[in-house]
Amino acid sequence: MGLIDHFRAAHPDVDVRFVSLPENEARAKITASVASGGGEFDVVMISNYETPMWAANGWLTDLDPYIAETDRYDADDFIPTIKEALSHEGRQYSVPFYGESSFLVYRRDLFEQAGLQMPRQPTWDQVREFAAALHAPEDGVSGIALRGLAGWGEVLAPLNTVINTFGGRWFDPDWRPMLDTPEVEAAVSTYVDTVRTWGQPGAATSGFGDCLTRVSQGDAAMWYDASSMVSGIENPASSTVVGDVDYALAPVVETDDAGWLYAWSLAIPETSRHKQAAWDFIAWMTHPDYFRLVGEELSWEALPPGSRLSTYEIPEYAELAENYAEPTLHSMDRATQENCMVHEVPYPGLQFVGIPEFQDLGTRVGQQISAAVAGRQSVADALRQSQTFAESVARTYGWEG
Amino acid sequence: MTAVAETTTAGRTRAGRHAVVGKLLTGLAWFAAFIFFAPVLWMLLTSIKQESDAASSPPSFLFSPTLDQYRAVFTSEAGAYFLNSVIATAVSTLLVLALAVPAAYALSIRPVKRTQDVLFFFISTKMLPVVAVIMPIYVIAGQIRMLDNIVTLIILYTAMNLPIAVWMMRSFFLEVPGEVLEAASMDGASLMLTMRRVLIPMVSPGIAATALICVIFAWNEFFFALNLTAANAATVPIYLMSTMTSEGQFLAQLSAASVLASLPVVLAGWFAQKQLVRGLSMGAVK
Repeated sequence: MGLIDHFRAAHPDVDVRFVSLPENEARAKITASVASGGGEFDVVMISNYETPMWAANGWLTDLDPYIAETDRYDADDFIPTIKEALSHEGRQYSVPFYGESSFLVYRRDLFEQAGLQMPRQPTWDQVREFAAALHAPEDGVSGIALRGLAGWGEVLAPLNTVINTFGGRWFDPDWRPMLDTPEVEAAVSTYVDTVRTWGQPGAATSGFGDCLTRVSQGDAAMWYDASSMVSGIENPASSTVVGDVDYALAPVVETDDAGWLYAWSLAIPETSRHKQAAWDFIAWMTHPDYFRLVGEELSWEALPPGSRLSTYEIPEYAELAENYAEPTLHSMDRATQENCMVHEVPYPGLQFVGIPEFQDLGTRVGQQISAAVAGRQSVADALRQSQTFAESVARTYGWEG
Repeated sequence: MTAVAETTTAGRTRAGRHAVVGKLLTGLAWFAAFIFFAPVLWMLLTSIKQESDAASSPPSFLFSPTLDQYRAVFTSEAGAYFLNSVIATAVSTLLVLALAVPAAYALSIRPVKRTQDVLFFFISTKMLPVVAVIMPIYVIAGQIRMLDNIVTLIILYTAMNLPIAVWMMRSFFLEVPGEVLEAASMDGASLMLTMRRVLIPMVSPGIAATALICVIFAWNEFFFALNLTAANAATVPIYLMSTMTSEGQFLAQLSAASVLASLPVVLAGWFAQKQLVRGLSMGAVK
């Protein structure tokens, strides 16, 4: 808690206290508090999933007037896609602290040994060929690692970007559920078949953390996941593959891009009674100066990436992130529905469906997919069941089927 | 002669079999005790590991012990959480006893009308799952500006423990022989005097047992604390949870915090042991 002393020194009249909880509990608690006007919090950390929905409900404070009055805040320095994803009707309702997209990490050494060449942006067919060629369970190396753990924030995140690039979608503009369409089935079959044939053992219980451990211990030749993986993979203290890996853009099929977009951002609930003090804190923690402070006081590795373009111009960070800065920035810059989806959809989001019902719907569909990854049911059965879940949600949006 | 010999042999075999069964049962008891103790042992061991040893799979048993995790807990802001837990637990337990002892008296020594209905009403309040009422409680607390306030937890913990305490105390009062009370009234003792000088001393082991149960429940309570507190009134279980991070590598510090969080209850139980054994077996032996 060393950095906060800088804020306290600059704002002696503001009393800052933190509440930190694991992600699931934090999400539930913040949602309950903001939705019911509980008013316990003056600042909440949310994401680009909540921000547009909550802003539309009138639960969040419009930050534009505060931004305009803050010295050298430079909101145009935020990565444009992230800034847009945290806005509602052109106004800013939360500001990013951290941002990520998704990309593919691969073992340069294994590719060279096998005489393979990873393109800058592979297709899923190419990824499957590489996985088949490099899969060597007898040496303890799987061809690829992919999440299989149930949960909308686990298996569904990478899978949804695959569904997008195959031309699939959850709902059409009339809210007709589309999980039983050939595009979605092709995408899910490809994903499930890839991880079952050449993936890590026990993939059905493997989430981001487990995949990260395996890849950084050298147990997988490729891994498609969040760009935040670099903080584990490039850390010599916990990774044995530092210097042996390179990064490619998210694999595609029908679209030009396929990465996702996610941001942790800070917002002020409409019920806050200390809005100016809340903004003073937010401004401090998302100001361009803050990132230099983190680098100089803690370490450049600890710097939260993906929120501001200027972060990548800090020489110390640019040098550290030489290997992955470009694919990270490129992926985030291209992560829009126009670039990553074939068909129009009535909801925001790439790796999630930006409606409140998705927390529950995604959890249940994720369980079906995870069961298919485990081999307990076929992809067709999993999608048939998922389609019925999606139908009940669709009816609340006026679909009559 | 033959018959006698046969009986003796049979008797010996039976005795031998008894000994074998006894040893087997003893072994089984030790095994069961170990199974129950294993998680606690694992927590103790993990709490003196470094995070990297704690996260290793298979678990490492050879490691250099460290007190770093305890140091980290003591230098964190855990003190405020412990203080909140102490206040919520102590005040709610005292309130429960102050209410439950007279209530149990009225329902046992001097049964009021419809005693059974009243008892059933008390216990029926425990039948509704807490999760079913959390949203109304949350909204009401929000509207009267009582969220994140230790008083809210005290009220809820009192209400939560009261039914159990009334039932427990009633069973202890029922054990008191009627003759003792008659003797007291013959000597002209008033109700309050009988309570203070006769009844309370006789059921004091029961009061200790009831108090300990209330302390344990209030100290460990998680659901209300998670939903109704934030920065000001959060208790120890919330602190334990806040040590868990999304990046992993938190097991050792979580274990150290858990050991410290369990200590007060273990110590309270240990000090009250003698009273407790009497109290807990009071209802069982005539």
